[in-house]
Amino acid sequence: MAEIMLKSLAHSYLESPRHAEDFAIREMTHVWQQGGAYALLGPSGCGKSTLLNIISGLLVPTSGEVHFDGNVVNPLPPEERNIAQVFQFPVVYDTMTVYDNLAFPLRNVETSETKVSERVEEVADVLDLTSLLKRKAKNLTADEKQKVSMGRGLVRDDVSAILFDEPLTVIDPHLKWKLRRKLKEIHQRFNITMIYVTHDQLEASTFADKIAVMYEGQVVQFGSPRELFERPGHTFVGYFIGSPGMNFMRVRASDGHLYSGDVLLPITSSSLYENVTRCTSDNIQLGIRPEFIEVHDTPVERALESEVIQVQDLGTYSILSLRLGNVALKARVEEGEPLPADKAYIHFPEAWTGLYVDEYRVESGDE
Amino acid sequence: MNKIRNNRAWLLILPMLLLVAFSAIIPLMTVVNYSVQDVFDAHTRFFTGTEWFEATLNDRDLQAALLRQFAFSFTVLAIEVPLGIGIALLMPKRGWQASAVLVLVTLPLLIPWNVVGSIWQIFTRGDIGLMGVGLRGMGYGYSITSSAVDAWATIVLMDVWHWTPLIALLCYSGLRAIPEAYYQAARIDRASKWSVFRYIQLPKLTNVLVIGILLRFMHSFMIYAEPFVLTGGGPGSSTTFLSQSLTTMAIAQQDLGPSAAFSLIYFLIILLVCWVFYTAIMNMQKEKYHGES
Repeated sequence: MAEIMLKSLAHSYLESPRHAEDFAIREMTHVWQQGGAYALLGPSGCGKSTLLNIISGLLVPTSGEVHFDGNVVNPLPPEERNIAQVFQFPVVYDTMTVYDNLAFPLRNVETSETKVSERVEEVADVLDLTSLLKRKAKNLTADEKQKVSMGRGLVRDDVSAILFDEPLTVIDPHLKWKLRRKLKEIHQRFNITMIYVTHDQLEASTFADKIAVMYEGQVVQFGSPRELFERPGHTFVGYFIGSPGMNFMRVRASDGHLYSGDVLLPITSSSLYENVTRCTSDNIQLGIRPEFIEVHDTPVERALESEVIQVQDLGTYSILSLRLGNVALKARVEEGEPLPADKAYIHFPEAWTGLYVDEYRVESGDE
Repeated sequence: MNKIRNNRAWLLILPMLLLVAFSAIIPLMTVVNYSVQDVFDAHTRFFTGTEWFEATLNDRDLQAALLRQFAFSFTVLAIEVPLGIGIALLMPKRGWQASAVLVLVTLPLLIPWNVVGSIWQIFTRGDIGLMGVGLRGMGYGYSITSSAVDAWATIVLMDVWHWTPLIALLCYSGLRAIPEAYYQAARIDRASKWSVFRYIQLPKLTNVLVIGILLRFMHSFMIYAEPFVLTGGGPGSSTTFLSQSLTTMAIAQQDLGPSAAFSLIYFLIILLVCWVFYTAIMNMQKEKYHGES
């Protein structure tokens, strides 16, 4: 049981990194509270697994410190960190039985056999492995093997945290859901810090209380699934979470109004306008999720006229592809709501419209 | 379900059958032919039945050679397999060192058999050989021409030097094929070095070791050129192995009938041992499978 803190951590696989791009992990400070269920979400190659391997000690970071409960553990090898890690592809000891596999981490630290059998049986029960205990691990199916791998992480009751590195990649879709539930159950039962690496937003949001979204070696946002959806802290989070991703349009301020290209945006919030005028950067964008755009089929006050390019019917809802000036937008229309044919009149509710400067969200003063 | 039966596909194996006939069956049948007859010249021959086989099986010299042969094969296997695994474990995994060590380890494999014999013959000579002179200098009266123990030890040493690299190379390739995640998982599980070897590396080496042991058994059971050049089978007949007895019989004495019978028995022994070994290994794996289900 431990709180894990990463302090000014950075890592590069190169001998002498010079530019920011040379780093797999750019300098970051981050805290994982004891007992939390966390997900580390991001595309392939963003540094998720690197970060996980640094926490478990399989990798030594280029700079910065890893703290477990306030103690620096950088010099400790994985064996001494009391960390369990489950890998993407199941690792089982082929020649051993399932029972011996589960008992292995305990026997390595000279645990008494009565304790071993007690723990193994408990974990086997949680993971539905009891009927397989006497079988050799070699001929199990992929998901059974992965359960055995997870089980080896769970048998030790002294672990500081369990790290999962995309553990459900090899599992059949219908079993994924079951195993994810199982993990959640285990988390509630044992109260262990769990960090779950994945590139699947659904997997992340069903498992974790809080998700850290990684992009280009940095944690760009750390928050609950709802926060990530409603208030993405970075344009990447906007794109990556939600389907389809968030709409972004470049804006500029001119004589008291905001423009996207030549289109005047009817924004009433003065603080938003001021925020834009105060920016020195010219990378200023407004972001709004397709779900939050209000779509009308007839002109209404303060709505902008846009052209309907395509309608995608997805059963219970439709996705509209729209063109506003020269910006492409997507909007979601629920079943039963009027579906515009050629012209859609759209309105951006200000509560759901975010300002992004240099890709990061800037909160308006009046919110 | 009306399946159309057409057996003409069997014709497609004819070329293969022809090839095997010329490469294996016909030469073998010639040997069989000689083994059951006493051939004097192109027109005179007598059918002898199993006479040559009985004579060969009851020949005390051949029995002794067979025992020596088994002793030799098992000795070199017992040394080369563990040593080969050990070397493979110690070899560097990447970088230029890996390539360099790989070349160095492979070197003995590239030397022709009788050259190996000659090298060791000179190496062990008491007057000019490094090993011969060296051992004598240390006070040990080393001589492969007078001491059967020395001759044996030297032949075993020579074979180990020549062929351990094969086992090492096979194991090295087997070890490289183990995914890094296994080692990482073992570290997380706090496994000792021995456990890593016992439960990860050794199981993953089973397949290459089966091949290695089969190859090495067949090789060593047929060993000829190296001891022939080094000791000539002596002192006495202490290092005369089966193939040398066979050569003496067939070439020097021109006893074609008994030699043919001997060749067949020799061939059957190798076939039998390989079959028994292979079946045993396969059964071991199958038992594991059945034991579970």
